[in-house]
Amino acid sequence: MILLKNGTVVNSNGMQQTDVLIDGEVIAKVAPGIECFGADIIDCDGRLVFPGFIDMHCHLRDPGQTHKEDIRSGARAAVAGGYTTVCCMPNTAPPIDNAGLVSYVRQKSAEAGGAEVLPVGCITRGQKGGELAEFGKMKAAGAIAVSDDGVPVSDGAVMLNALKYAKTFDITLLSHSEDKSISGSGVVNAGANATSSGLRGIPRAAESAAIARDVLLAEEAGASIHICHVSTAESVDIIRAAKKRGVKVTCETCPHYFAATDDEILSYNTNAKINPPLRTERDVEAIIAGLADGTIDVIATDHAPHHFDEKNKEFDYAPFGTVGLETAFAVAYTRLVLTDAIKLSDLCRLMSTSPAAILGLADRGRIAEGARADIAIVDPDEEYTVDTAYFKSKSKNSLFDGWRLHGTVSCVFVKGDKKLL
Amino acid sequence: MKRKDILGIKDLSRSEVNELLSTAQTMREMIDVGEKSKELAGKSVATLFYENSTRTRNSFDIAAKNLGASTMGISVATSSVQKGETLVDTGKTLDALKTDMIIIRHPVAGSARLLAETIKASVINAGDGMNEHPSQALLDALTAIRRFGDVEGKKLVIVGDIKHSRVARSNIALFGMLGAAVTVCGPYTLLPDCVDELGCEVEPDFDRAIDGASIVMPLRLQLERMDQAFFSSREEYHEYYGVTARRLRMCADEFMVMHPGPINREAEISGEVADCADSYILEQVTNGVAVRMAMIKLLLGGAK
Repeated sequence: MILLKNGTVVNSNGMQQTDVLIDGEVIAKVAPGIECFGADIIDCDGRLVFPGFIDMHCHLRDPGQTHKEDIRSGARAAVAGGYTTVCCMPNTAPPIDNAGLVSYVRQKSAEAGGAEVLPVGCITRGQKGGELAEFGKMKAAGAIAVSDDGVPVSDGAVMLNALKYAKTFDITLLSHSEDKSISGSGVVNAGANATSSGLRGIPRAAESAAIARDVLLAEEAGASIHICHVSTAESVDIIRAAKKRGVKVTCETCPHYFAATDDEILSYNTNAKINPPLRTERDVEAIIAGLADGTIDVIATDHAPHHFDEKNKEFDYAPFGTVGLETAFAVAYTRLVLTDAIKLSDLCRLMSTSPAAILGLADRGRIAEGARADIAIVDPDEEYTVDTAYFKSKSKNSLFDGWRLHGTVSCVFVKGDKKLL
Repeated sequence: MKRKDILGIKDLSRSEVNELLSTAQTMREMIDVGEKSKELAGKSVATLFYENSTRTRNSFDIAAKNLGASTMGISVATSSVQKGETLVDTGKTLDALKTDMIIIRHPVAGSARLLAETIKASVINAGDGMNEHPSQALLDALTAIRRFGDVEGKKLVIVGDIKHSRVARSNIALFGMLGAAVTVCGPYTLLPDCVDELGCEVEPDFDRAIDGASIVMPLRLQLERMDQAFFSSREEYHEYYGVTARRLRMCADEFMVMHPGPINREAEISGEVADCADSYILEQVTNGVAVRMAMIKLLLGGAK
């Protein structure tokens, strides 16, 4: 038995100064002034006790690119960031498009001893956009969702069928909505900064036009769809309107889309090369408004580890992506909560409760009796400078390196097991 | 000049530009009398070109030799780059060979900066992707100043593929700094997003854009940088955006035509215009050597 004393428990429906008793793998009791003889007591005075964060979108590069990350290092980086459950994308080598590879990830997750890693399976075999992968068998083996991730399904008929097939097996479909024919060879947001830097632009419509199509296809199929990493103002508008119409659409954004703009690329910093690209101040405002009004359901990391040598290249030749597992909470807390854009309970909804609901993880996403003891305890007052040298991730390609942030993760429980940070 | 590198016009101050242009005037006088200097004897200059180029590379090579420096041309096609060496590693190797200056041309924007931040040697950007081509802008300014005395208040119209052009970006910055009024012209497919924010006027109708211009600068259609359909045909392009004798009648009384070269006759410029008395295309080539001598001298000469 472990007793968390005097913390401020944050749930999506509010906050409460209370104690939390953990018995084995579950939360046994949530009440003020719990006395429990023989329990290990952790003093949480001045700390925030969140349900463990759930990342719907990260890249752990395993199998195939384990010089960047693997299930073990990724699961540990996740815990360091307060995550207790993470969903890894299937763009591995080979892609996770069958039950065997799903089982491989589940097995390595069990051995890793960090956050629980739930694999996302491919929508199409080999992410090739043609034949559908075996949603039923992958789900039975432990796949949490399906997605073709960065190689979006371009064929509209295939996407329509994928949505219907996902509905059949009641598995969440995560859509990286992008029209690659519009993105072309772009590397940054099309606009003033692309023009002045001479870097090729990705038009905003590459994202928003694809989201519009995918939302309409989901409506047509009567299926639910989750839109990944929303970055533009137009995308937020499209999703807001679709929700109003009753379409079963949910979506996520990432810390870099509400905390940074494409000004970051003016120095040709390849860690600011991300897909979708960092946008403008106007988009940042729209994303924050979407987070505040509930249009955006989830904050995910899109944690995309790359080796130093791969990023230390000419801008066009460097791969897209920033790591994010170990900074997401602090960036969100600093840029959203401390600025009064959202409340702490909203942050809980965005980083834990809604991801659990969308993924159908009924046993987590809240601090309540009977829930799985997945808990992140954070010290909200501590300010620190991000230093990638201390990252647990194998890769250090962080957009946030050197940023001053508030909020440090001080203690994490996964299924009642206290993790070393 | 107290700087290690020249990576773009954007980074230069007005006084640095003045120093470069006045030194280039002196260099041009040296060239005209056939005088060479030994000022940079013992210095080594490498040209590292990741894109094909004859004129710019030879121009830098001649400029360095005119100052007494030794030169080394690294051809990417035959070097260790073909064996997979990265730009950063190639730069460090050249540093270890005690090269004093690397002149780099590269298809990716920002590459000259990446090299400069990695190595001790001076770096001159001879063109990086669609970003900057500072020596071209400086030689254009020198040519215009030698023609008009001053470009302040003069109208420069740059016509053609602005979107893919580093020459346009460097010239918008430089002529703007020198007080000229810059207008860019082309079909919207070839105008980059928010180009007006660089400090120029935008006019897609060439007949209007050229009205009252003192300097007309057509750009080469860079077919190698185009990955989509940007215009219909060479014939239609020439009809709407070609610099022709008819259009030049709309210019100011005194005007000049410049072109960064190489030219595509009957595409962006008619042969008749290219060869006319108001065409300064060959003058630009000579001034190119003078400007590059000034750049090399001011970065490497220093205390001498």
